[in-house]
Amino acid sequence: MDSTITLTVDGERRELTVDTRTTLLDALRDRLGVYAPKKGCDHGQCGSCTVLMEDRRVLACLSLAVAHDGARVTTAAGLGDGDELHPVAGAFLDEDAFQCGYCTPGQICSAVGMLSEVASGWLSHVTEDPEGPVEATDAEIRERMSGNLCRCGAYPHIVAAIRRAAP
Amino acid sequence: MNPFTYARPGGAGEAVEAVTADPGACFLAGGTNLVDHLKLGVASPTALVDVRGAVDDTIEESPDGGVRIGAGVTNSDLAAHPVIRRSYPVLSSALLAGASGQLRNMATTGGNLLQRTRCVYFQDVTTPCNKREPGSGCSALEGHGRDNAVLGTSEQCVATHPSDMAVGLLVLDAVVVVLGPSGERRVPLADLHRLPGAEPERDTVLERGELITAVELPAPLAEGRGAYRKVRDRASYAFALVSVAALVHVRGDRITEARIALGGVAHAPWRARRTEAALEGRPLTEAGLRVAAEAELARARPGKDNAFKVPLAVNTCTAVLRDLTGVGS
Repeated sequence: MDSTITLTVDGERRELTVDTRTTLLDALRDRLGVYAPKKGCDHGQCGSCTVLMEDRRVLACLSLAVAHDGARVTTAAGLGDGDELHPVAGAFLDEDAFQCGYCTPGQICSAVGMLSEVASGWLSHVTEDPEGPVEATDAEIRERMSGNLCRCGAYPHIVAAIRRAAP
Repeated sequence: MNPFTYARPGGAGEAVEAVTADPGACFLAGGTNLVDHLKLGVASPTALVDVRGAVDDTIEESPDGGVRIGAGVTNSDLAAHPVIRRSYPVLSSALLAGASGQLRNMATTGGNLLQRTRCVYFQDVTTPCNKREPGSGCSALEGHGRDNAVLGTSEQCVATHPSDMAVGLLVLDAVVVVLGPSGERRVPLADLHRLPGAEPERDTVLERGELITAVELPAPLAEGRGAYRKVRDRASYAFALVSVAALVHVRGDRITEARIALGGVAHAPWRARRTEAALEGRPLTEAGLRVAAEAELARARPGKDNAFKVPLAVNTCTAVLRDLTGVGS
């Protein structure tokens, strides 16, 4: 059953007609040609489809496109400013934070969302002092990025990149 | 995936009517469990009724000193809310022990309670499962049994309830507000989830068309100390093998009130009433804490692969109580 929806993807307003069964991930990739979010497990277990929806990190593979009519979606491809890389993307290059690169767009979107959660003072499972300031320590980064798997095992460099990009 | 219609009603009453009127319809909230089930074939509704926008997504302090949590509040907003962090830190801790940052941003309070077991056979439609297909048999009894329940199981089903949040809510004496075709009712969280018995396909006592609209917490236990500890196969982003939520009030050398709940061990979040009874009013000793934890697990009936959960639950419960009371330190 078809439904016509509007999405603002990486700053561009796009109208499309989708079958109600279409996930946001499939709508982005197969219908709109936005290939930054990747299909890894397609079951919400790997994080490679992570995008920002209204600036919050979510999994595009477990979102039905029809349920997000009108949403503002930012993928890793839309994070930079023109030719200027987003600081998190730049830090991933500087720290060599990937090998094959497949999980990287999801890692970068997740890191951007995570750093804004830290800036908002959100606690995590490993925060030792709930009353104290919340900072992007290595332990916090590992815990908060646990929803993004990297089968190449680039984790030490991913942590280093996020630490570098953290304010 | 079977075709389905999609509707987004503006109010809870309208949503309840839509699902009540159509046997093929079901509610959709954050979608983190249901959308996966659509893909796996575990669920095949012909109509989805999206309740985000139909149910409240705010947290309000109530006149009696408690809190009312709209069913649409996301797990991350709930964990980060200043009132929850200050007055109900065991709930924040339980939420933050669950899932991943992305999933907590999507998952809702109502949906978290109604998520279904992650038993591998329930999620694999090629295998028999009494919960998914009543009468087909239970593959978990003789199959991969590491994650199975040890308390309150039946011959029909040994699945566990996967929620961390629910275990935290259970020690807070949370009450679930439900809107149904015949009006509103309140169900204590302790009564919401069923044990499998002969009807493992029914996870909760909710009737068809009933929608969780809010969760109410009574005023926090004065001077109570709480903690949530989760034991799992990896440090993060995994379901509990065993988890313990505890809230205790200590006066002098005695626990005057104890509320303990266990996760990962049963078809429902499990209130450890026998442990509570063994603690309350007794002098605090390290041996006493362990005996109290053992009192609950004495009824455990593990299978071939999960006997480790019994000492794991006892040890975890004892350790949490030791930390909260300072006994043995």
